Amino acid sequence: MRDLLTTTTLSREDALAVLDTARELALLSDRPMKKLPTLRGRTVVNLFFEDSTRTRISFEAAAKRLSADVINFSAKGSSLSKGESLKDTALTLQAMGADAVVIRHGASGAAHRLATSGWMHGRVINAGDGTHEHPTQALLDAFTIRDHLRDGHGALDGLDVVIVGDVLHSRVARSNVWLLHTLGAHVTLVAPPTLLPVGVDSWPCDVSYDLDEVIGKADVVMMLRVQLERMNAAFFPSAREYSRRYGMDGLRMATMPDHALIMHPGPMNRGMEIAADVADAPRSVIVDQVTNGVYTRMAVLYLLLGGQEEA
Amino acid sequence: MAPDQQEFLTGSDINRAVVRIAHEIVERNRGADNLIVLGVPSRGVPLAKRIATAIGSIEGREVPVGSLDVAMYRDDLRLRPTVALSPTVIPGGDVTGRTVVLVDDVLFSGRTTRAALDALSDAGRPRAVQLAVLIDRGHRELPIRADYVGKNLPTAREDDVQVRLVELDGTDSVRLVRAGGN
Repeated sequence: MRDLLTTTTLSREDALAVLDTARELALLSDRPMKKLPTLRGRTVVNLFFEDSTRTRISFEAAAKRLSADVINFSAKGSSLSKGESLKDTALTLQAMGADAVVIRHGASGAAHRLATSGWMHGRVINAGDGTHEHPTQALLDAFTIRDHLRDGHGALDGLDVVIVGDVLHSRVARSNVWLLHTLGAHVTLVAPPTLLPVGVDSWPCDVSYDLDEVIGKADVVMMLRVQLERMNAAFFPSAREYSRRYGMDGLRMATMPDHALIMHPGPMNRGMEIAADVADAPRSVIVDQVTNGVYTRMAVLYLLLGGQEEA
Repeated sequence: MAPDQQEFLTGSDINRAVVRIAHEIVERNRGADNLIVLGVPSRGVPLAKRIATAIGSIEGREVPVGSLDVAMYRDDLRLRPTVALSPTVIPGGDVTGRTVVLVDDVLFSGRTTRAALDALSDAGRPRAVQLAVLIDRGHRELPIRADYVGKNLPTAREDDVQVRLVELDGTDSVRLVRAGGN
């Protein structure tokens, strides 16, 4: 693994290596000395063209716990807002000696462009590109599912995962479908037809328009954020109707199997796709997802930067 | 057996070395009070368990035993492919104030032991750290020595010392594979 750009081509072996590494790192985290010396002298650049709180902070915490130097580069207040091209930014990062670049960009494919252009030598980690992919989110979701339902070991064979909501705009859904499929889980997407992307029938998953029909046998229900900021057309009649048909409330939660988990990648629209009492319910593992995000990103940084430089 | 590959220790040799090391540890520490035995993965871990069991049967009580992964502390990380992490298990969660016996299969350059000392200092502040190894093959690159040695094995730097343990490899043996193979 040179870069982490997508989960579609991530092998089962590599995915399990990330999860196993994250698990060992999680076990080390309850001791007083949380910092590891592993990436001392390495520089990780957080290159964020889009706003983000938890992903950027999570990557920053992960890199710092491994003793890497972290440079935060956000579009606001930098030359990026003056119209500098991705290429010129990449050349700048190369000149500064970035060993890894964590990139979030509004355009699908930006991370891939950065990694394959030859503009810079550093490893590239995709932290979300447009509506395309968000691989570390999928990995931390898989880690969280495995931790709760598989005792932290092995793959996810035989588990039923339902992903509900704005699949069209969701890089989280896309990355999860492929990763969970690779790890052996069975994924069902549930969304109004207007919020499903063209070509979804070629993804390795089932599609349903009826949440109540599939929720009864789900081991995991993953609620997606309704991305109002990306919606420039009417995708559903009203927030209330969306919430009634595709939102998770207490009544719906009660029809889930007892062991089943509720997940949400955050930030949540409480009252829209997820009711407040559901978000705070014991089976909701949303806070665990955030904690596990740091371990998973540490694992990715370690696996990409911890070894020999490739020629 | 090929002349370039000598069985240096058999299973019963290994057992005798483990029992002797256990006796030396008890003698040196005047018992097993406050003692904790930590193996360095991979083959230090089963050896640590054997040593702890042997100390236990001498002293008539259980000795805490665990493992200490050093992968994140190595100084040669950039010289080889990424190493998979192994579990670190510290019984009681803390080593502060205790006497730690580190256990590894082969002592060579001393770099693994250095990494283990660093890893240990992040896990707390032990009262003392002692080192037990099954084989000391020489060629130290750092000022490190073992407190307890199963066998000293004179080697050339390029030779390969292969330790096999039942728990991981199905058999107990130590072989010396001479470089060049002639």
